[in-house]
Amino acid sequence: MSLVINDLHVDVLTEDGPKQILKGVNLTINPGEVHAIMGPNGSGKSTLAYSLAGHPKYEITSGSVTLDDTELTELSVDERARAGLFLAMQYPVEVPGVSVANFLRTAKTAIDGEAPKVRTWVKEVNQAMDELGLDSSFSGRSLNEGFSGGEKKRAEIVQLQLLNPKYAILDETDSGLDIDALRVVADGVNRYTAQGDRGVLLITHYTRILNYIKPDFVHVYVDGRVVTEGGPELAAKLEETGYDAYIAQARANA
Amino acid sequence: MTITEAPNVSAAVETVESHLHPKPSFDLADHPVPTGREEVWRFTPLQRVRPLLEERGTEDRDGDPAVAFTLRAPEGVESGTLAAGQAPRGTVLVPGDRPAALADSGCDDARYLRIPAGTEIAEPIRLAVEGRDATRRSNAVHVIVAEPNSSATVVFDHTGSAQQLENVEIDVREGARLTFVSIQDWADDTVHAGQHEARVAKDAFFRHVNVSFGGDLVRLHTNVSYEGPGGQAELYGVYFADAGQHIEHRLFVDHNAPQTKSNVDYRGALQGDDAHSVWVGDVLIRKVAEGIETYETNRNLVLTEGARADSVPNLEIETGEIAGAGHSSTTGRFDDEHLFYLTSRGIDPVEARRLVVMGFFVDIIRRIGVTDVEERLVAEVERELGHA
Repeated sequence: MSLVINDLHVDVLTEDGPKQILKGVNLTINPGEVHAIMGPNGSGKSTLAYSLAGHPKYEITSGSVTLDDTELTELSVDERARAGLFLAMQYPVEVPGVSVANFLRTAKTAIDGEAPKVRTWVKEVNQAMDELGLDSSFSGRSLNEGFSGGEKKRAEIVQLQLLNPKYAILDETDSGLDIDALRVVADGVNRYTAQGDRGVLLITHYTRILNYIKPDFVHVYVDGRVVTEGGPELAAKLEETGYDAYIAQARANA
Repeated sequence: MTITEAPNVSAAVETVESHLHPKPSFDLADHPVPTGREEVWRFTPLQRVRPLLEERGTEDRDGDPAVAFTLRAPEGVESGTLAAGQAPRGTVLVPGDRPAALADSGCDDARYLRIPAGTEIAEPIRLAVEGRDATRRSNAVHVIVAEPNSSATVVFDHTGSAQQLENVEIDVREGARLTFVSIQDWADDTVHAGQHEARVAKDAFFRHVNVSFGGDLVRLHTNVSYEGPGGQAELYGVYFADAGQHIEHRLFVDHNAPQTKSNVDYRGALQGDDAHSVWVGDVLIRKVAEGIETYETNRNLVLTEGARADSVPNLEIETGEIAGAGHSSTTGRFDDEHLFYLTSRGIDPVEARRLVVMGFFVDIIRRIGVTDVEERLVAEVERELGHA
């Protein structure tokens, strides 16, 4: 039982035709593990996140992704989510007119296959919002509409807590957060992982968030593939050396 | 998706007199039968609107009116009738096209609603307009006067089968607040045309909501002008055109007084073969209209192939000394990013689509402020989506 990415190749569909972004990614995330993927801008980190979730702009050309032995690449976006995958997006989409409360209830019902109990559900929602520092008035607002960058990220983690997927991909959840917001968001993720059997793929550009969410493994990702791997100490090393050496090496190998 | 954004207003100082509207007149001779080449008729299928271009009286029969009107007015509202030429009938509305002229000349007794000065009517005033026969003509004129500092909501609810010509003349006096909602929930064989004309006095507030879901063809003008500074008008609309339906809303806001405001927001969804919607939004900012603020927007969601939405915003500006003016018009298919976001949370695509379309409309519907009407319209949208 794990999330296994095996030799994944992905093209992004552009106006000039498909362009290869992922060039053979291998990664296994076991329940209870936190994996950080670190890499420079443009290395394809977000492509990895979106293609796992099934965004139509990305085409998986070869390789496989299995979630607890279910092949995800053959499933639609909603089926992947119901199989237990969650993507906290870097840029959560504003959906006018769809209230947060209505959205959360609809999503929870879809994931669980049955409607949540009315009484406990409202309490759960309010508690999760409170923990993430969002006023309960957010329930009545249109999903992400007019939210600040930080509020959008907090709302993503509210969803993570409430939907409680088996595996979560956090795509630059730390970007655009001030230090207080970062702590609040990290606390939310840590509550989720504290269950002990959840897998996290944490995609980030900076090491800052890793002071709050401790990774078990760190993968350095350059030009569409993982170039080196290690434990938390690798993040500390990156903090000192940066990505330049890895980028130069990737270029030399290209 | 095409998006027209707000023009640079300060640079667009024009001096043309509005050419978008034929000269209004009560005289039928001034409104010949259109050929289809006229600007205001070019989107309308003339063959289908033809019964409404003929000069015919209201075809009531003994005990069996062509269209039945049932008024439910709360205490404090006065109702009555007004003969042709009897003020306040004809003091605000002058027919701008042939159907409006025919509605007026064909209607002996206009229905009159008066909300007395300073009266606040909490409960909505409701008029049920029930068509009985798709082959019979009905010519109706309504006059609504909201006297100074009064406040009320009026809901017209159109159902059934009819050939309906109907004008609504609305005078919102100084400091009054009036919401007028017109629901076109007709049966599939109804044709309906007419003109809603409002005059908004100093510091008065007027909200107009058009809801057009039913009918074979619906073609409505909604016009607003002002009588003094500080007047505000909000013109909202929701429509849902199914296969074969023609739904046309033409709006004209005449900023003829300074420091006035207008906000137009019409949203429509279309589905099915030859579903056709037309939205024409004209705003004229006259030389005297300094310090005004206006924004108009029309958004169309095209849910299936074979449907067509025409959307034409026009802004004529005769003074640059204004607080703001802009317009936007978008017509597009479903936003794939909305769909991706919702489905990535496990929601199946059909349900996701329903949520988004609902959201698109609910934004407007919730501004009506009459709970049972709002609930019914939400249910109506649900029903329409069930047809997809």
